Amino acid sequence: MNAEIDRADVAVIGAGVSGACIARTLARYHLDVVLLEAKTDVGFGVSKANSGIVHGGFHHDKRFLKSRLELAGNPQFDALKSELDIPFERNGILVVAMRVEEMKYLEALYRRGVANAVPGISMLSADRLRRMEPTVHPDAVGALHAPNGGIVEPYRLVFALVENAVANGVQLRTEFAVSASAPGRGERTVLHAADGRRVAARWVVNAAGLHADEVSTVLGAESFSISARKGQYYILDKNCAPKPTHVLFPVPTPISKGMLVTPTVEGTVLLGPSAEDVGDKTDVATTSRGLEHVLESSRTLVPGIREPDVISAYAGLRPALPSDDFLIEQSERNPAVIHVAGIQSPGLTAAPAIGGYVAEILEQAGCELVPRTDFEPTQRRAPELRNVPEQELDALLRRDPRYGEVVCRCEEVSEAEISDAIDRGHTTLDGIKFYSRAGMGRCQGGFCTYRILKLLSARTGKTIHELTKRGTESYVCTDTMHGVHAVRVQEADSPSAGDHPHTSAEGGPDDRA
Amino acid sequence: MIERSYDAVVVGGGAAGTAAAVALADAGSSVAIVDREPLLGGILMQCIHNGFGLTEFREELTGPEYAEIYAEMVGAREIEQYLDTTVLRIEPGAAPEVPMGSPAGGFSGSAGTLEGGPDGSGGLPEHRVVAINPREGALSFRCAVVILATGSRERARGAVRIPGTRPAGVYTAGLAQRLLNMDGFVPGERAVVIGSGDIGLIMARRMSWIGASVPAVIEIQEYPSGLTRNISQCLHDFDIPLYLSHIVVQIHGRDRVTGVDVAPVDGGIPRPERAFHISCDTVLLSVGLIPETELAANAGVELDRQTGGARVDSRLMTRIPGIFSAGNVLHVHDLVDYVTEEARRAGEGAAAYLGGERPGPQLPTVAGTNVRYVSPSSFDINRPTRLYLRPLIVDNKVPVTVTIDGRQVYRKVERHVQPSEMIQIDGKRIDVSGLDPGPDSTVEVSVG
Repeated sequence: MNAEIDRADVAVIGAGVSGACIARTLARYHLDVVLLEAKTDVGFGVSKANSGIVHGGFHHDKRFLKSRLELAGNPQFDALKSELDIPFERNGILVVAMRVEEMKYLEALYRRGVANAVPGISMLSADRLRRMEPTVHPDAVGALHAPNGGIVEPYRLVFALVENAVANGVQLRTEFAVSASAPGRGERTVLHAADGRRVAARWVVNAAGLHADEVSTVLGAESFSISARKGQYYILDKNCAPKPTHVLFPVPTPISKGMLVTPTVEGTVLLGPSAEDVGDKTDVATTSRGLEHVLESSRTLVPGIREPDVISAYAGLRPALPSDDFLIEQSERNPAVIHVAGIQSPGLTAAPAIGGYVAEILEQAGCELVPRTDFEPTQRRAPELRNVPEQELDALLRRDPRYGEVVCRCEEVSEAEISDAIDRGHTTLDGIKFYSRAGMGRCQGGFCTYRILKLLSARTGKTIHELTKRGTESYVCTDTMHGVHAVRVQEADSPSAGDHPHTSAEGGPDDRA
Repeated sequence: MIERSYDAVVVGGGAAGTAAAVALADAGSSVAIVDREPLLGGILMQCIHNGFGLTEFREELTGPEYAEIYAEMVGAREIEQYLDTTVLRIEPGAAPEVPMGSPAGGFSGSAGTLEGGPDGSGGLPEHRVVAINPREGALSFRCAVVILATGSRERARGAVRIPGTRPAGVYTAGLAQRLLNMDGFVPGERAVVIGSGDIGLIMARRMSWIGASVPAVIEIQEYPSGLTRNISQCLHDFDIPLYLSHIVVQIHGRDRVTGVDVAPVDGGIPRPERAFHISCDTVLLSVGLIPETELAANAGVELDRQTGGARVDSRLMTRIPGIFSAGNVLHVHDLVDYVTEEARRAGEGAAAYLGGERPGPQLPTVAGTNVRYVSPSSFDINRPTRLYLRPLIVDNKVPVTVTIDGRQVYRKVERHVQPSEMIQIDGKRIDVSGLDPGPDSTVEVSVG
């Protein structure tokens, strides 16, 4: 409970990729910015579960705002990669035609790409396609190639953006769902969280993703309706075969770009998404039919995809407005509010441009943007064991021996990296997984979860039964069983002590019972 | 980087690794054993129930007791132990691969001895194993022999396509076992077990012991996946219902699991319209094990699609000379006793390889009628070794036969066969007298 009011010039509601880009852009100016996130960690909403594609800019006509921002956002990823030290690869997009009749759709996409000034876009014959991407179905008749398309890990992009924003003075408040708002002093709007925390801001950016419509109502702004479109995905093992090197799309349908097959920057392969309109904005359940459809559809592009290579399935939701375009504008009903709503595909690609676009809107609305000279755009991630060359291992391990303790064997993540994730505020199993990749590999946490729980308990001081998968009530263990009291792992835990049977469980279950 | 040389490096210190290391040391080889955990024993250490050792020691032991016997045997020998140490990579030494079925000895040749001895003097390729630990940093081992004894991992939810949400409380049975038995963390209070594999059955009982309820064990097949004795001792004795021919069609819960929908399977077809709900806060998955072959695969070892493990010859050597494999990383076993037996043979085979011995003609083994796989992938008629096979059918009083070049060389009627129970064929009981195999000869194993 915090009775204090945080004062800010701008409050950004929603720490997804849009909100994160907006916050980081605003950090370049002399502004007090607070970033509010309803969930326990940033990027845990729409940004967590999407295709991770940096689109090429040929899918949509430029009359759509989403298309203009997509085209402006795409080229910014190179700078983001070097500044934020995030994995991003321009591996190129191939839209594959399976029948001769589909070639005319590709031609239309090609013409749109040329009209949109997409660099390097070209049409490929079946032969050229196969030379470029041998995994593709032998019946493919041709393809559209956009070399400017690429892949990124969306959650890691959000983590890096928020970290950099915070390093440059942005205040982050997690588990802050805006439940009410009221006028405050000095033209400020006071935003309330359910637990009593309050933030008073002159400007409020509504980047609340699936809940932007509800937040708009709370803010007394326009009434609109966001619907949720579900996409289901499969992830294949790094060692899967065949493994494409490009982002492979089928010819698009009227409602969707179609299900893709793509490598990820970390070497796994992603299949999906399906596109299903769902009534419930929290419905991220996978369905048997949806997953079957993902598998079948991906096999029409890459016939050799094997079900035994599947390591995980999940679903994400895209927030769609009836216009099927982005809504980014100052509210007429409450001019203190800037809406950033309906950010579905290609929202990830557009996000870097959304930051600048919102800054312009704020300036036009009267928010003074005075550039700071001390803005530091660059940051470096801690070394990742899996990427450290052999000759540098000794120096790294001398500096921090915890790099020698491999916690996640599938993704080769060390204790040093997990501790680093915890120290940077990722204190749930999912937060650690998305930040460090521990638990994201083929065993899906089967071998490392107990180690991560102990590290989390030791570093946060929380008991094991207080730890969660992703915040709120998602407890990993229970504390109500027969004589099992709070199991708190000591920080000074020697490497072996906690791994011994019966030594770490104070008052643990009696095995002789 | 610390550089060390051994005749053999054993990757993995569980049941397979310890048995192979002991066999190698007993044959006079210098051996290092590397394991990620701070103690030898592998997964045995979390298996605190009994039932281990009936074949190997003729007594019933718990997992840690079984592991301790082998840990002591390792400790009593000059075997270098690198614990809390993770192998990052295996780099095979340069040497031409020996094609399966046509070994150096050729088909007409009998077992012989190569010139020279171990330590590369006989021209054996030298492999490199790269590992790290927090105390010594990076380690580089040079060795003529690598034994892959990395065990298996559990199939996770994604691999079996169970739709629904992804709440907390969904664990593989082995993870739950680890949390409960070694760390004292209680995974939940009301657990539905998906799959009737042995770990799932053991965990159903284990959850009952701590006072949790287990409303159901759900098995898609018409027969259990686990050992018959575990059905009896873990489910029947604790009144835990086993739903054969049922599947979980949905997992519910946003934060924590709230329940599962279970549907009958009729003639192999799921009937979601007849689904019923079981409320629970925990789902334990016991849906099979997969050989942990990533180090092997990344080293270029050829794998077998059926077993998921390496293709090996009669000595349990992979197609990369000097790299051997045994235990659950080779194929998934039901009993640790079989793992020990197989790994001991891998150690002996590796010692013979170090001594420059050549194997006899290698005949490929073939899974015949009603057989899913046979391991190893080839058979040496001059030194008949044990064969392990998995049947595809459930049946009683069924003959198991081995045929070489159309001649039946083994026949034994098994009282009961089922896919979850591995069948073994004693090599000594295969009648190889008078056989004159050619390059196209095979060893076909059939059930029924």
